Amino acid sequence: MVSTPVAIPPTRGVGSSKKSTNRRRGRAAYLFLLPWFLGFFVIVLGPLLASLVLSFTDYRLISEPSFIGIDNYVRMFTADPQFWDALTVTAIYVFVGVPLQLVTAFLLALALDTGMRGLSIYRAVFYLPSLLGGSVAVALLWRQLFGRDGVVNQVLATVGIDGPSWIANPDTALGTLILLLIWQFGSPMIIFLAGLRQIPRELYEAADVDGAGRLTKLFKITLPLLSPIIFFNLVLQVINAFQAFTPAYVVSGGSGGPADSTLFYTLYLYQQGFRYLNMGYASALAWTLVVIIAGLTAVNFLASRRWVFYGDNS
Amino acid sequence: MATIPETVTRRASAADHGAARRRRVRSTRFLRILRITLLTILALGMIYPLLWMLGASFKPADEIFASPGLLPETWTLDNYVKGWNGFGLSFGTFFANSAIVTALAVVGNLIACTLAAYAFGRLEFRFKAMWFALMLLTIMIPHHVVIVPQYVLFSEFGWINTFLPLIVPKFLATDAFFIFLMVQFLRSLPRELDEAAELDGAGPFRTFFSVILPLLTPALTTTAVFTFIWTWSDFFTPLIYLTDPSRYTVPLGLNAFLDANGESAWGSLFAMATLSLGPVLGFFIVAQKYLVRGIATTGLK
Repeated sequence: MVSTPVAIPPTRGVGSSKKSTNRRRGRAAYLFLLPWFLGFFVIVLGPLLASLVLSFTDYRLISEPSFIGIDNYVRMFTADPQFWDALTVTAIYVFVGVPLQLVTAFLLALALDTGMRGLSIYRAVFYLPSLLGGSVAVALLWRQLFGRDGVVNQVLATVGIDGPSWIANPDTALGTLILLLIWQFGSPMIIFLAGLRQIPRELYEAADVDGAGRLTKLFKITLPLLSPIIFFNLVLQVINAFQAFTPAYVVSGGSGGPADSTLFYTLYLYQQGFRYLNMGYASALAWTLVVIIAGLTAVNFLASRRWVFYGDNS
Repeated sequence: MATIPETVTRRASAADHGAARRRRVRSTRFLRILRITLLTILALGMIYPLLWMLGASFKPADEIFASPGLLPETWTLDNYVKGWNGFGLSFGTFFANSAIVTALAVVGNLIACTLAAYAFGRLEFRFKAMWFALMLLTIMIPHHVVIVPQYVLFSEFGWINTFLPLIVPKFLATDAFFIFLMVQFLRSLPRELDEAAELDGAGPFRTFFSVILPLLTPALTTTAVFTFIWTWSDFFTPLIYLTDPSRYTVPLGLNAFLDANGESAWGSLFAMATLSLGPVLGFFIVAQKYLVRGIATTGLK
């Protein structure tokens, strides 16, 4: 079952006779929540605010942070070409990769949603890359596949094409990572499949009776009814893709090269924070990332009013 | 079920109808075969790289770059032997480290997230809606934004180069999507069960342990499997906290192996990479049902 809307669990009415039991249950609730509260304040909220403060400081771990106002942000936007490289690379990765990944996932979900035999096998095979794609092992494999003497070039050689090293070429390196992202279309595909199951068959039968063709059914029934799921996948995959790290790190050996062409935003953040120990600057980069992701998610939500159909508003 | 109006069925004449139907049957069968063929080709293409890596791990070095074929012409276990004793340190160490970290992470998530989910899903307390909203918000926060202060905090604790930064957060329910997953699951369980337990005089703790927990098993399995897979494959967090090679987890070991040997040792690299994927594949095969359900309910990766 797909449950995109996130509702708060219903609160039950509190009768006065039940007051003492309820107070007891309230206290019990805090006990159950104790680990979460600790984690929330110490490991999440505290560091979140601390990194905001640090983003206005010059902090190199060995010395105390010193307050420098918005210098980090000024430097980022006006004097750091690598920041713009990272932003551009990540933007291309997200805005080219995610739509292609979702279209692939949608088409495959449509092709599989026909009550065919062996569905679970196909589903498993298509899902496998999603499960393994973020690992160092697969990133290593990718590095070989698209290397100078890699499998891709071996295959090309059989038809007489002498391929370049796709990984070492600044024009194609990012493309191989986008391909790696598309390769992982399995998890949005499973969400689409679950969504397709929810569409009542009667709608299609009624459309058949009215003589509707395949395309009409796709555009008038499937897409509108699936739009909340498409939206859900879009938000989720954009957020995920923006934070991709391992493939770029392993494929480029941690450098983001060649010529910064695979310098993912998170990789640049890692380099600044943990290689050069510019922790203040890294924090500023991190908060800029938060603002970008929050902004994109907000735009997604606003735009969704125009195309997402929730069934109860018409 | 929509009933078909009589006019529609009567519209086409009988002869016409029969021919059209035969044509349609033939074309749908053709389409079905076409679809299955295309899907099979695509599926094979999708797993080709993985199968190729598996094959390459048994190939001698010169053969890896000689053909894109799957099966080795000469089989060898050399890659595994050489790779296992990688560079001074054995991959056995890395596997043991990964196993410890992963097992404890699973236990941590199971305990902490279940407790929190029960409170959010079934108990009443002040500002519940607010806390629930904050919990959901933490799912959306990019991990990278808290990593610098977390690093400073954990190094104050003297936790650098220990497994604690990888494990302790799990015992504090910081993987909030699993709380969300279990709350969603709890909502599908009838409340009458809790109420019956309450009438029998069970407090929230009794109810939790003897009524809710056993029913939560599917959600617990999903949580365990995903925690296992993610922790096992995690590269970023160990990369930051573990600096001594004897503490490396498998992904760090693979990366270090690549750094140390360059690309001269692809065979051994593929052998170890294949081994590193083994446990994930194993869990996937055993627990596929729970994985699919988990993705479908919450959009986990």
